Amino acid sequence: MTRLRKLLATIRLPAISVLVALLVGAIVIMLSDLEVLGKIPQDPLGAIVLGVQRVYLAYTSLLMGAFGDPAKFGKAIAAGGDAVLWAKAFRPITETLLASVPLMFVGLAVMVSFRTGVFNIGGEGQFMMGALGGTIAAIVLGGAGLPTPITILGVVALGALFGAAWAFIPGILKARVGASEVITTIMLNYIANLFIFFLLVNWELIQREDRTQPISKALDKFVVIPTILPIEALRLHLGFIVALLLAVVVSWFLWRTAKGFELRAAGLNLPAARYAGMGAASSVVIAMLISGAIAGIGGAFEVVGTVKQLTTAISGGVGFTAIAIALVGGTRPSGVVATSLVFGALRNGGALMGLNTGIPIDLLFFIQALVIMFIAAPSLTQRLIRSPFKRRVKEATA
Amino acid sequence: MRLELREITKQFPGVLANDRVSIAVDKGEVLGLLGENGAGKTTLMNILSGLYRPDSGAILIDGTERVFRDPAEAIAAGIGMVHQHFMLVPVFDVIESVALGAEPTTGPLGTFDRATARKQIIELSERYGLAVDPDAKIENLPVGVRQRVEILKALYRKSDILVLDEPSAVLTPQETEELFEIIRGLAKAGTSVIFITHKLNEVLAVADRITVLRRGAVAGNTTPSKADASSLAEMMVGREVQLTVSRGASKPGKPILQVQAMNVLDGRGGVAVHEASFEVHAGEILAVAGVQGNGQTELVEALTGLRPIDSGSLILDGNHLEGGSPRHIADAGVAHIPEDRSRDGMIKGMTVAENYVLNAYHRPPFSTGGRLDLKAIAARATQAVKDFDVRTPSIDTDIASLSGGNQQKVIVAREFGRDVRLVVAAQPTRGLDVGSIEYIHHRIVEQRDAGAAVLIVSTELDEVLALGDRVAVMYEGRIVGILDAKDATRERVGLLMGGAVA
Ligand SMILES: Nc1ncnc2c1ncn2[C@@H]1O[C@H](COP(=O)(O)OP(=O)(O)O)[C@@H](O)[C@H]1O
Ligand SMILES: [Mg+2]
Repeated sequence: MTRLRKLLATIRLPAISVLVALLVGAIVIMLSDLEVLGKIPQDPLGAIVLGVQRVYLAYTSLLMGAFGDPAKFGKAIAAGGDAVLWAKAFRPITETLLASVPLMFVGLAVMVSFRTGVFNIGGEGQFMMGALGGTIAAIVLGGAGLPTPITILGVVALGALFGAAWAFIPGILKARVGASEVITTIMLNYIANLFIFFLLVNWELIQREDRTQPISKALDKFVVIPTILPIEALRLHLGFIVALLLAVVVSWFLWRTAKGFELRAAGLNLPAARYAGMGAASSVVIAMLISGAIAGIGGAFEVVGTVKQLTTAISGGVGFTAIAIALVGGTRPSGVVATSLVFGALRNGGALMGLNTGIPIDLLFFIQALVIMFIAAPSLTQRLIRSPFKRRVKEATA
Repeated sequence: MRLELREITKQFPGVLANDRVSIAVDKGEVLGLLGENGAGKTTLMNILSGLYRPDSGAILIDGTERVFRDPAEAIAAGIGMVHQHFMLVPVFDVIESVALGAEPTTGPLGTFDRATARKQIIELSERYGLAVDPDAKIENLPVGVRQRVEILKALYRKSDILVLDEPSAVLTPQETEELFEIIRGLAKAGTSVIFITHKLNEVLAVADRITVLRRGAVAGNTTPSKADASSLAEMMVGREVQLTVSRGASKPGKPILQVQAMNVLDGRGGVAVHEASFEVHAGEILAVAGVQGNGQTELVEALTGLRPIDSGSLILDGNHLEGGSPRHIADAGVAHIPEDRSRDGMIKGMTVAENYVLNAYHRPPFSTGGRLDLKAIAARATQAVKDFDVRTPSIDTDIASLSGGNQQKVIVAREFGRDVRLVVAAQPTRGLDVGSIEYIHHRIVEQRDAGAAVLIVSTELDEVLALGDRVAVMYEGRIVGILDAKDATRERVGLLMGGAVA
């Protein structure tokens, strides 16, 4: 009972924020629709009806894009074991899960650093470097004909190593000379991007044969990350399970180990951590190493498992969305997983919404940004939601 | 102007902070509002100043009921508040700080009329004897002067009622005396003053009438002429309290801590501790007296490994500890109750249990092989909470939500929860209520009697004299005298604190 109540209390603000953001999004949809606007002067009521219809279409498309069409579920189940129907019905959901995988990895990575009081903005770069490591491992190990499990282990390991190495630089700079990690990690994001660009057009090992664009060889020729579901069209792969496992491991590490205790202590109150005899400088470096490794593994899975080729667009802003996810998720692993699923659904559902209504996917970034704003300004959100309710209660009891 | 709060009730989740509290203050009167930490004093004043809305009850000014929806309305009604924690912008100067939000303007663009503000402020500070340099930057001012700026700020807004929430907590005895003069002057000029404190002698010294709060409710009303310290303490705590520490004679054993010719730098190019030499023996308390800022903080930090020792030696039980890390020194048997409880002594955002193991989490039984043993931590923390009488809903409560006294008890429980050779306690009772002070003193004396060497640093002369078997006085980084308890009279120690040669 108290557990449930605690859970409800923790998800209240994020849930309210998402709802309010969708509400504001709805208003924007109406106001940015020329037909609706045009109707307002002669027929305001009709304009509102039309606007509501548009919003309804947009959001149902969003939902169906993210979770699938209930009608298709029924058909697939009725038809029994027809793989094509099943794939059609369940692909939206698995694609949502797939879209949430990189968000989970980098969200967890950023969360660990936040818990330690390090503001790692470099998830983007660490993710990209991890993707580079994964690419190299796939080509070298897979190319040498090693068994798939070993190649995959290599992909994960090199991804983690590259990500951690990239994060080590800002970590040691902060610990040794006090360089602000906000600045250094942002700069390293650019460097990672340009470094990968450089390799993609100059390094034969990874460069796509007979292409001059910055794009790597097709990685599925070297290794394929196994998918989880028996139907081929459902692309959800091992990375999803690894991400969930990592969430558990991170949670265990932070709350059940002495080192995790130190990191949390340092994150909350550095002078007190020093007073208690903890090495504050080493906390920073360790946090960055862990953070970078997790982001790197995410990059490796994304490039080898999902996209199957390395380009400089591999990260697609995931490092920044991850910051939002870590905060919205209350800097808790479970919260990060849940928020990643929501953001993954928005991303994935946005495509169908765009297709059906012509509303650009940018609207979803706008909604994401609103969610973050509402979470960052809890008192505003509380006031928006709670006070009318409270007033009503008071009146009722008066 | 007569102010009355009638039957104010305020419920917080789990705490009835104010329970039908009624107080009144007349024009030109000083009301002392006395109560332990957590009694509900600040809550009551936050209601008066418009920060909180009461659940029920009324605020009456000159007999008419008023409702303050926000602080601006309370200020407009003439209520000036000096908060327990100051709310000043460090980079502003005094004029800006005082005038901010009520500034006179000039010209068509309404620019800040500094000259007028300056004149008004100087006039105010002269009228009420609040000496401040109007052009000084806040960050360069000592705490006592910052408080005067806060008072000026309230007066500048033409407050008829001035509320001072625990104003003496940050002041030296002399500054407190000066503050009392200011309050008397204000009252004489017709301002009503509500003076909040948990210190008995202060209400006796400055108040015209006294209202005592206990656990959110009024425990009694009295006047300084009818009450004395022990009757007030009883009203405040709800039982008889011992105002002096009872302790037997010390039986000093061999020296545990030996400090020889120690120099410590202050980190800003100066020397904070100058050639300090002293010993603390097993079974005795050495109390270090001194006005704040005479090197005591740095001395304690050096003894506990938080600040490097520039030269000289630090010997514990015959072993040299210079250059030792805080953990190394703690492991050698040094318990440290830090001066700044919130900054160093605990981690807000962590639970009582986590704070209890803050410097032992890495050792058995709390962890083995790098893994925390949550069961063992919970078991020991539960026991400690019981042993040290920590009032907390549970060991999983965030320590930030405990009262100061209970937070300090968690720290003391942690530090005394292992084999202790030396206790280093800096300002161990600062900001605590009578009950907690009594309790912490008792625990410290207990450590002494168990054979530990105890070093206490305090700026409260009463505490130094009550606890010290020997008294050392620091002045400008030097130990200017060490007296036996029998020679350590208030006068002698006070003179040494002021820099007189022994
Ligand atoms: N904003 C708040 N939310 C919940 N509880 C509070 C809040 N402010 C104060 N309290 C609780 O109310 C009680 C009275 O606190 P306070 O008025 O600060 O006491 P005092 O100023 O006398 O020390 C305490 O138990 C405190 O923990
Ligand atoms: Mg208070």
